[in-house]
Amino acid sequence: MSSLQAPVLEVEDLAVRFTRRGEQSTRAVDGVSFSVAPGETIGLVGESGCGKSVTSLAIMGLLPRRGVEVTGSVRFDGNDLVGAPDHVLRGLRGADMGMVFQDPLSSLNPTVPIGTQVTEVLLEHREMSKAEARDEAVRLLDRVGIPDPSRRLKEYPHQLSGGMRQRALIAMALACAPRLLIADEPTTALDVTIQAQILELLRELVVDSGTALVMITHDLGVVAGLCDRVHVMYAGKIIETADRRDLFARPRQPYTGGLLSSVPRLDSARGAPLTPIRGSARDAIPWSEGCAFAPRCDNAQDDCLTEVSGSTVPLVPDGPGRELRCRHPLEHPSAPSGATASGAAR
Amino acid sequence: MTAVPTAGVPTTGQDDLLRVEDLKVHFPIRKGIFFDRTVGHVQAVDGVSLTVPRGATYGLVGESGCGKSTLGRAILRLEEPTSGRVLFDGTDVAALKGEPLRQMRQRMQMVFQDPLGSLDPRQNVESLLSEPLRAHGLAGGKAGIAEKIRGLLDAVGLPSAALRRYPHEFSGGQRQRIGIARAVALEPDLLIADEPVSALDVSVQAQVLNLLEELQERLGLTYLVIAHDLAVVRHISDVVGVMYLGSLVEQAPADDLYEQPLHPYTRALMSAVPVPDPEIEEERERILLAGDLPSPADPPSGCRFHTRCPWRQETRCDDEVPVLRELGPGRLVSCHWAEEIRDGVLHPRSPEEVLHAGAATRPGTGGRARDDDPTPFLGRDQPLPRAEQG
Repeated sequence: MSSLQAPVLEVEDLAVRFTRRGEQSTRAVDGVSFSVAPGETIGLVGESGCGKSVTSLAIMGLLPRRGVEVTGSVRFDGNDLVGAPDHVLRGLRGADMGMVFQDPLSSLNPTVPIGTQVTEVLLEHREMSKAEARDEAVRLLDRVGIPDPSRRLKEYPHQLSGGMRQRALIAMALACAPRLLIADEPTTALDVTIQAQILELLRELVVDSGTALVMITHDLGVVAGLCDRVHVMYAGKIIETADRRDLFARPRQPYTGGLLSSVPRLDSARGAPLTPIRGSARDAIPWSEGCAFAPRCDNAQDDCLTEVSGSTVPLVPDGPGRELRCRHPLEHPSAPSGATASGAAR
Repeated sequence: MTAVPTAGVPTTGQDDLLRVEDLKVHFPIRKGIFFDRTVGHVQAVDGVSLTVPRGATYGLVGESGCGKSTLGRAILRLEEPTSGRVLFDGTDVAALKGEPLRQMRQRMQMVFQDPLGSLDPRQNVESLLSEPLRAHGLAGGKAGIAEKIRGLLDAVGLPSAALRRYPHEFSGGQRQRIGIARAVALEPDLLIADEPVSALDVSVQAQVLNLLEELQERLGLTYLVIAHDLAVVRHISDVVGVMYLGSLVEQAPADDLYEQPLHPYTRALMSAVPVPDPEIEEERERILLAGDLPSPADPPSGCRFHTRCPWRQETRCDDEVPVLRELGPGRLVSCHWAEEIRDGVLHPRSPEEVLHAGAATRPGTGGRARDDDPTPFLGRDQPLPRAEQG
């Protein structure tokens, strides 16, 4: 599982603030820290608006400069990328760090053939001749499972199916054998059978080439099958970190527990009760006033609020390999409750 | 295809609210600017028969493009059926016109996927909810309508302060509640919900699912729930129908279907759904399918699934269209080899083998939508039981 190698990426106290003239600034990401080692897959999980995508954009240096304030540090191979000049970032992106976005159609240029888009990366970073780049592109498309790659190279994005476009994007991200791959909801737009193909592809990639993978998703099922370590985010902060087995068997943050008990599971019987979380993510309060999840939390007590306890809720170690941001976590007496193990899944 | 014997679970037999018989919806493909020629048809729904007993929930699952939404819309006549019958409480909806159709729609309502897109941004909640009441002349008078609307808001769990507000002021879950309130305003018998929770955040999905169940109990509603999420469908449905490329490939009581899926497509679909439990995820055997959905404009001959089927056989699959037949109580499946597959006589092949077997004999199935592509693309991944991690 988690290897002892030095991490490829270390994110420390990353914060992103969006400011607009005449309006209060918004903290989309608020002090996030994590690291990924080669061959490791970590998951950033959370619902829309929790800051997981902004985190990934901040790591890649893809946020606009204007109106955005990024603080903290993002160390890739020991070099800090926050505030690094554009040419440094440009040299890394595509070469050492790759990214796969959620919507394959809008992240491909519709007016340029697939082949040109794949070879562009190779010409830019690997100083190949055009012919070499073309051969390499064929090999890449073949590797991600696109049949008849030499013909596909001449086609435009709209001529490919959703699954194939996503494969083409992955091929582009892999073109220079990056040591870090960030996948932002790579399968959300796809059907389940295609999703299974893509996840298998990512899994192989991590095992075969030792790429460090950061998987950003809202789908707990995807996390359960793919990630070694999971960070759950809420309102811009990490609120729970754990090994995936521990997380699913013994969620400690009431939010994590709530998420797990509110998704219908394929292997639970018809009509098995669902316990939703009250309200919606809009009900979050600013972290400075207390735990952002408190208004929706069943375990919440007075000291979850800053004015009562006198301090904001810190992220503290919680047993081996775990971290937790909660004053009244869920208790798990003996039997792990997450595993309602009935082999009915298949 | 033949009319399907009733497969209702809670009530069998006569008390069927909805019967769909051999329904087909084909969309013409036109070419040319001056000479508007029809060059083919997309067979979105191609001969589907199903029955929904009163008070039950029928779940329709399938991947995008399988025709499940078109089927739902055709039942409400939001889409014109090409042929077939839709019997709603004994009346053929497909043959209705004008005023009788409008009145019939009062009894069948729809909840849409995108709650923001299906609510008029310029109407406040009060106006959104009173519109159907006024259109159908119900609840007479201002006072009557106002009272009715308050009741509706209460039923879907929105505060009465919501009345004066506009759709953009609500969160996704609340908007879906408004959509549901509008749908039940006319006290319909049948509610067709097309992906009712897929646009919502995970923590909110459960709220809406619970609301739907609660309303069903309270108002005696019959549901046809269309969704791509198998877990959602299993949770809410009594009977589940699985669609592939315009036709129903399997239908069974929800729990039976999940315990033992009979059709190869259902098996593959279920093995692909991730379960939020690492233990199960690691042990599970995955059946990966080769390639994509073929184009419904030029569906494969014989069994439509044969181009991707890991259990495809030399005989029958390629040229003989399988009929939906009863394999057990309430269990319908359209596969020539369902018994052999169930009993483990036949074994699945890997996606590579499926492709090679197909390439030798199969005529082109690429179709017009993605024109010149005779090969389905290949999932190169092995169907491997995941055991590599320790």
